[in-house]
Amino acid sequence: MTQHSNFTMTRRWFLALAGAGVTTGMLSSLAFARAPVGQTLGEGFQPTVWYAIAADGKITMHIHMAEMGQHVGTALSRIIAEELEADWDDVEFVHVDTDPKWGYMLTGGSWSVNHNFFAFSRAGAAGRMALIEAGAREMGVPAEECMARESKVIHGEQSISYGELVARGAVDRQFSKEELKAIKLKPASERRLLNRDTVARDVPAKVDGSAIYGIDRTIEGMVYARPVMPPVRFGSKVKNWDDTAAKAVPGYIQTVEIDDPTNTCQGWLVVVAKSWTAASKAVDLLSVTWEGGSGKETNEAELLAEGERLVNDGTAGSLFMLEGEPDTVLEAAEKVHEGLYQTHTVLHMQLEPGNALVWQDGNTWRVHAGNQWQSLTLPLVAKALDIDPANLVFETSYLGGGFGRRLFCDFVVPAALTAKAIGRPVKMVMARPDDAQFDCPRSPTVQKVRSVTDQSGAMRAYDHACASGWSTAPIAPAFLADGINGGKVDPFSISGADHWYTVETMRVRTAKNEKVHDTFLPGNLRSVAPGYTLWAVETHMDEVANTLGQDPAAFRRSLLNAAGRNAGEAPHAVGGAARLREVLDRVVEKSEWAKREDLPEGTGMGISITAGQERAMPTWIATVAQVRVDRDTGEVTLEHLWASIDAGTLAHPDGALAQAEGALLWGASMAIHEGTEIENGLPRDQNLDTYTPMRMHQVPELHIDFVANDYMPVGLGEPGVIGVAPAIGNAIFHATGARLRSIPMRPQDVLKALES
Amino acid sequence: MIKFTLNERTVEVDVPGDTPLLWVLRDELGMTGTKFGCGIAQCGACTVHVYGQARRSCVTPISTIEGADVTTIEGLAASAGMDKDELHPVQTAWIEAQAPQCGYCQSGQIMQAVALLSESPEPTDEEISAGMAGNLCRCMAYVRIRKAIKLAAAARIEGNKQ
Repeated sequence: MTQHSNFTMTRRWFLALAGAGVTTGMLSSLAFARAPVGQTLGEGFQPTVWYAIAADGKITMHIHMAEMGQHVGTALSRIIAEELEADWDDVEFVHVDTDPKWGYMLTGGSWSVNHNFFAFSRAGAAGRMALIEAGAREMGVPAEECMARESKVIHGEQSISYGELVARGAVDRQFSKEELKAIKLKPASERRLLNRDTVARDVPAKVDGSAIYGIDRTIEGMVYARPVMPPVRFGSKVKNWDDTAAKAVPGYIQTVEIDDPTNTCQGWLVVVAKSWTAASKAVDLLSVTWEGGSGKETNEAELLAEGERLVNDGTAGSLFMLEGEPDTVLEAAEKVHEGLYQTHTVLHMQLEPGNALVWQDGNTWRVHAGNQWQSLTLPLVAKALDIDPANLVFETSYLGGGFGRRLFCDFVVPAALTAKAIGRPVKMVMARPDDAQFDCPRSPTVQKVRSVTDQSGAMRAYDHACASGWSTAPIAPAFLADGINGGKVDPFSISGADHWYTVETMRVRTAKNEKVHDTFLPGNLRSVAPGYTLWAVETHMDEVANTLGQDPAAFRRSLLNAAGRNAGEAPHAVGGAARLREVLDRVVEKSEWAKREDLPEGTGMGISITAGQERAMPTWIATVAQVRVDRDTGEVTLEHLWASIDAGTLAHPDGALAQAEGALLWGASMAIHEGTEIENGLPRDQNLDTYTPMRMHQVPELHIDFVANDYMPVGLGEPGVIGVAPAIGNAIFHATGARLRSIPMRPQDVLKALES
Repeated sequence: MIKFTLNERTVEVDVPGDTPLLWVLRDELGMTGTKFGCGIAQCGACTVHVYGQARRSCVTPISTIEGADVTTIEGLAASAGMDKDELHPVQTAWIEAQAPQCGYCQSGQIMQAVALLSESPEPTDEEISAGMAGNLCRCMAYVRIRKAIKLAAAARIEGNKQ
């Protein structure tokens, strides 16, 4: 029997916990404000809150997910328009501000399309049903003889447009939750928009400079601010400060010592001036003495050493998953395959630095800042301001990159407290090093995997232990789950280790690295846990295949029998591991894997298979990397990446492709180009001179292949990231025989591995 | 007072001479299409044209801009003689390639690409790599940025033939 920690990361699970802990349900229903680009909510017929049809036929979708590069408004609008039988040319959308009627607001986890698919499809279908009823009445014909197409209700030769029905006041049906739930969606064969190409509606504003990001808004009477960062994230206290030198800066206004009831800002000051450059200069001239500070001497090596201690201590942490009795097999085995895998600290480096504009508008406080998790940040900021959350509105804007950094928008707090302290609107912008020092990085991780195979290669035991920061614990503890053997687990910090391979006995243990939490705030970074758990799984599987003398692709395939726990479930994972087998076969063919032994000396191919982000939303991907390794310098050149992807139905196929392109390159960037280390409690690399994400000249040839089918859509923002690092590491092994077990894989690491 | 030409209009600003052009554009003149990313000329998000050449405005003191001819993303189309509401051909290519993701770096990418294409009207892959290496795209939309540059180059050649 498989025991899984008490969660499945479904939308229902998420909302249930959200309701228990951190909901925004107290907001006033009038707390809606103008979107930054001058759009307003739609007017006219609204069968649900998600859209409105106006008398002129215009259909306005209300998008409650943040736009940070996914073209989410286009994708979600396509889902509604499909069932509504809307003419796509009639459709517009608006990104909405915080209001309880939108429900829980979180854009992350690659969830937007997957989690909203049924609700938005049913919302569209509800409108279509109501319009057909109304159209039939108006035309004096039976509704069952009518159909809807391209924003019209049609009966034989007659038709009436949606706009006309609204103009006549002929349609006003509202749908209850129960009625919506009962709606049956049309068969895939009747689809006219999903899986079909279109262009992203947000693109034009992003090429002419008119798109408004958090950092771009201004308000009358506002002043500029830059924070003064304490020596480390936690435990610093300002002892004294002196602004004598800062006062000489023209435009300098004052320095505010932040007294934060939420304890988000520990030892912060904020400098206010008439321009941002004046504030920035004054920060550099301010003389501050701090006392205290947690982890001021902590370095990366200590965090990794603590991780290693935790994975080696079988009693540390809690069990996330257990099947059978792996210890019995492990103890009796003649040979145990064992590997220790690690990942170093990774920074978000989203290109728009942390910033927030905060002002008071009568009784209402307003925040303009890019935000992925309004439902988390809004209560935090309300608490900081000591106001009723009903009196706080987060306006929407484009995000200059999210990647998980804007899930916990801690930087809104100091801006809000400064605005309150000085009684004026404040726009606080962090300089890049401020942002990097107080990023919520992906913590360093250590994982130990042990497995036992029989002579044929069947896997009899798989035992995975992981030590990392638990991103969920400090910011949203309601989302921790119960471990199987007691204690808590952070599902978001271990997801992915519960892979889809057939194994007889299996155990996954996760331990929270407290030393990480004493030093900085570990966060969620694009691909979250699968970004490191699959590094361990897929490197280990490669090692086992090579030890057994089996082809790494064939070995993986032999473990994908799609039975039992891996058979899959409807609607999100129909077919289970069989779909992973299909993408594996496809990538093997497309990459000409069979000819990999013919590659030139020093060039190799590696493979991986992944199903991120979690078992409740698997995006089936097989990745092959081809690398060339320079044995003298250790330099790795990534020549090709192939990926075969089954993400079910694609709401916006070109957007899906764009996400896959970006995700694959993110995976490659983390594998061989970027990464940092904690030094004296802070990330060592604090700007883009020494922190070095992939650039144009380092981009490999991409060969992306989507499986065409009509299954429920899953996620695309992150899953493509996951398999790239292990595919590269496995390719380096194929090219050179050197096994890398730590990312990033820098030239010096490759040289070291070549020596051993 | 420092006087210069911004998008074919004469502007005057009263700021300290060491103020970077970026912040003058954004906060004094309301041209927010040019973005702040790193402050040290490493990411390229702040790229504008000074006398038609790509320049990192975050490290360009305004004192050095006295009398200069500056173009930002908002004035790019007009600088190429396009009518109001028309796009620069490189912007059109950007849309055709559906290049932007989050879009934050894209003004800088486009300004850099226009400068690259004015020097190399038919850039090779190597020239694109070299010319664009200073512009970071954190979404990693590089495949489409390259494609857009090639589309723009091809459109220009096609246009010249006619």
